[in-house]
Amino acid sequence: MNSLKQIFGGNTRQFGMIFALVALVLFFQWRTGGKMLTSVNMMNLFNGNSYILILAIGMVLVIIAGHIDLSVGSVAAFVGIVVAIAMRDWGIPWYLGVVLGLALGALIGVWQGFWVAYVGIPAFIVTLAGMLIFRGANQSVGNSLTVPVPEGFRELGAGYLPEVGPNIGYNNLTLLMGFALVAFVIYNEVRGRRKLEKINAEVPPMWVPVTKVVLLSAVILYATYLFATGRPGTSFPVPGLILGVLVIIYAFISNKTIAGRHVYAVGGNRHAAELSGVQGKRVNFMVMMNMSILAALAGMIFVGRSTASGPSDGVGWELDAIAAVFIGGAAVTGGVGTVVGSIIGGLVMAVLNNGLQLLGAGADDTQIIKGLVLLIAVAFDVYSKSQGKPSIIGLITRRFGGGDGGKKVDTEVPTPSPTEQAVGTKQVISHDV
Amino acid sequence: MKNHIILEMRSITKEFPGVKALADVSIEVRAGEIHAICGENGAGKSTLMKVLSGLYPYGDYSGDIIFQGEEVRFKDIRSSEAAGIVIIHQELALIPELSIAENIFLGNEPARFGVIDWDHVNRTTLELMARVGLSEDPTTKIKDIGVGKQQLVEIAKALSKSVKLLILDEPTAALNESDSQHLLDLMAGLRSKGISCIMISHKLNEIEQIADSITIIRDGRSIETLHVKEDGVDEDRIIRGMVGRSLESRFPDHTPTIGETFFEVRNWTVGHPTVPDRLVCKNSSFKVRRGEIVGFAGLMGAGRTELARSVFGRSYGTFKSGQIVMDGKEVTLRSVPQAIDAGLAYVTEDRKSLGLNLLDDIKTTTVSANLQKITRGLVVDRDEEFRISEEYRKSLRTKTPSVNEGVAKLSGGNQQKVVLAKWMFTDPELLILDEPTRGIDVGAKYEIYGIIQKLADQGKGVIVISSELPELLGLSDRIYTIFEGAITGEVERENANQESLMKLMTASRKSA
Repeated sequence: MNSLKQIFGGNTRQFGMIFALVALVLFFQWRTGGKMLTSVNMMNLFNGNSYILILAIGMVLVIIAGHIDLSVGSVAAFVGIVVAIAMRDWGIPWYLGVVLGLALGALIGVWQGFWVAYVGIPAFIVTLAGMLIFRGANQSVGNSLTVPVPEGFRELGAGYLPEVGPNIGYNNLTLLMGFALVAFVIYNEVRGRRKLEKINAEVPPMWVPVTKVVLLSAVILYATYLFATGRPGTSFPVPGLILGVLVIIYAFISNKTIAGRHVYAVGGNRHAAELSGVQGKRVNFMVMMNMSILAALAGMIFVGRSTASGPSDGVGWELDAIAAVFIGGAAVTGGVGTVVGSIIGGLVMAVLNNGLQLLGAGADDTQIIKGLVLLIAVAFDVYSKSQGKPSIIGLITRRFGGGDGGKKVDTEVPTPSPTEQAVGTKQVISHDV
Repeated sequence: MKNHIILEMRSITKEFPGVKALADVSIEVRAGEIHAICGENGAGKSTLMKVLSGLYPYGDYSGDIIFQGEEVRFKDIRSSEAAGIVIIHQELALIPELSIAENIFLGNEPARFGVIDWDHVNRTTLELMARVGLSEDPTTKIKDIGVGKQQLVEIAKALSKSVKLLILDEPTAALNESDSQHLLDLMAGLRSKGISCIMISHKLNEIEQIADSITIIRDGRSIETLHVKEDGVDEDRIIRGMVGRSLESRFPDHTPTIGETFFEVRNWTVGHPTVPDRLVCKNSSFKVRRGEIVGFAGLMGAGRTELARSVFGRSYGTFKSGQIVMDGKEVTLRSVPQAIDAGLAYVTEDRKSLGLNLLDDIKTTTVSANLQKITRGLVVDRDEEFRISEEYRKSLRTKTPSVNEGVAKLSGGNQQKVVLAKWMFTDPELLILDEPTRGIDVGAKYEIYGIIQKLADQGKGVIVISSELPELLGLSDRIYTIFEGAITGEVERENANQESLMKLMTASRKSA
């Protein structure tokens, strides 16, 4: 166990959720007799869940800032129908359709952000209203009909990386991406090690990073192999690529930039943040607006995948996105959460969904199981926190550079009184090390 | 009767994994006395009280508790309350949206078949309020009465449970002088009715005034018990016990080097944020010179914080009129970022709710008001963040294993040092420190004073707002007094004493 800790960075709990994910994949792989890890299924998994994961990226920022967004499904549907109609009736090309969709998302974001940030109405109310308004708008604009979208637009949700270069039996771009990712993992490890040496910190023994890199690379290369060897015409899916790019961008923003810091600061203690020169209103406005833009994107990807926009697109998406964020370690009270954590939370849900489907479970059972998983994941976290141990989810969060903490859980836990805090919390430190 | 022991705690030891919070602590409380427990923050006072009140149940600690001659083993707060021990925490446990009567009987509602007997509730509440000297309508909501009165409601609530031993944790920390005095009188009154009190307090003058005996706890051990009358205890004696040495002086020696006036506020008038016609600052003018420590004296609610915050980028109230002049030029500071850019820093009196993000660690907090300075391109430089916070940790001597530690884990004094570091990192010209030593123990206070003086010596201006007059007298070069939103006096340090300041603070504005 100790060696595991060393490889993954110090704590048993940190990789609990990643292990849960791996365990789930292996479990289904075994139970389905190998249907889980096939090219076709992996592509389905990405295609069928990328829009939820994209929503989760925006949602985690909203939740870190201390809000919630219930309108994402309706916003996605509304943008979808407007874009579909614009392309059909006005004949605008698919790429302008995308631009139009994003602009419409931004406009909706301005509307919701205005009420939340500048009027001060709780986001729960504003977005509940938005959920009704934009669902209605979707059905009103589309006359509750289904509107098909042109070929180019479908690539957004169902396309694959093209074949380029010599034909070697694999998809070259997918291979290239896989190799680039492995190179990045190695580079990152080397750089981190150099840095540790530079500040004379304790450097772990050589086998630790080597094992880590080998394991990670193996996973990446296997995935690359799966995606590169699908049936002809398929490769790494476009929505997966969009998702990957967004994860990198938003992980960077939340982790490394002033804007990201400000989101955590406002969620952690808005008054303190404002007295430190953070413009709380602007931060709230931006996270709400950003959410609507991502919802617009998710809506368009979904429409592309299902080749048409319909009146009941996006129903219940907000709940899937919110569940992913909380499984991924965010706190209801704000201030805690990470982009990568939410993606892992979303993948856990996606794999469950997919695996149960492969096993032939019905939608009823699947929902019950997903609900229980959400409850148990968060309950486990709350329980371990109340036992004075560090929160799993919190620690996972920190592992992925939550930056600003990871000490808060979704429920109030009695904290030691101020005078004894110094003493009372030492137990927390020493307990799990 | 007077001298029999009502409570004895014998060799109490309480361990948290890896640390001994209490080691062999013993304490004896006589019936009908006020027993003070003194010690620095983190000494173990509150842990001891949690053991006594059953928050740490029997079996969680070792040692015996003997209450009224019998050994007791409390398993939770309910069982200790049933025995007649009631604890009132520093942060009051009242529900703002409920009425006084509802709060007093919360969890203990007199009911028939589940229906609350409101007549009984309100009648009894009136009786209880009379006993604590509170005259309010029992149906008034808690949020509509001041914190001093809320404290009285807590005591009334304790009385409703037929309390024999009342434990008060920092009862006057949030109260102004007159409310504090009222509370102390009330405690003396309860004593004369045979109710014993245990009181945890940092305010040594109050302890000296009211306590019969004092147990001093240091580093989780009971050091000594002093009997105030018999032993002739004074503040210096208590401090010696608490810190384990005598503090020669409570303020570091300091010779100010005062330069020219660089910051001036003229005719500052600010309206209340929600009540349109009320003014919180009335035509106030003051100035600060380089290297000078300026004190703002005033009773709680006099408008000191309001003045400071409205100057600090209009972060409080609605601006009406007035000018800020810096280095001879008039400046307009409409927002906090503008104020920070202009070289102002404001350290709040309310560290927990306005000063810190308790989810943050030390290094993130240290750089949080000046992220721009450590940002290269788009990226916040984490190495730089670590290096800078490490520098401040060393120079301010913040006690922490590392700057990666969460600020929530620090003691009040160390939290304050982190907040000071955060504002020092913005390289301000003028620091406004609002109650900089509130909730901080004696040793750490001395260090904070040293930091303040050092900042002044660097040619910065410092404004110190404080409710403790001895602190202002010991620290400031010049003191303004504030009463009901107006500046009522300006006194040089040499000419100031507690009496003259108090007169100006409670002004009778005729005399000012």
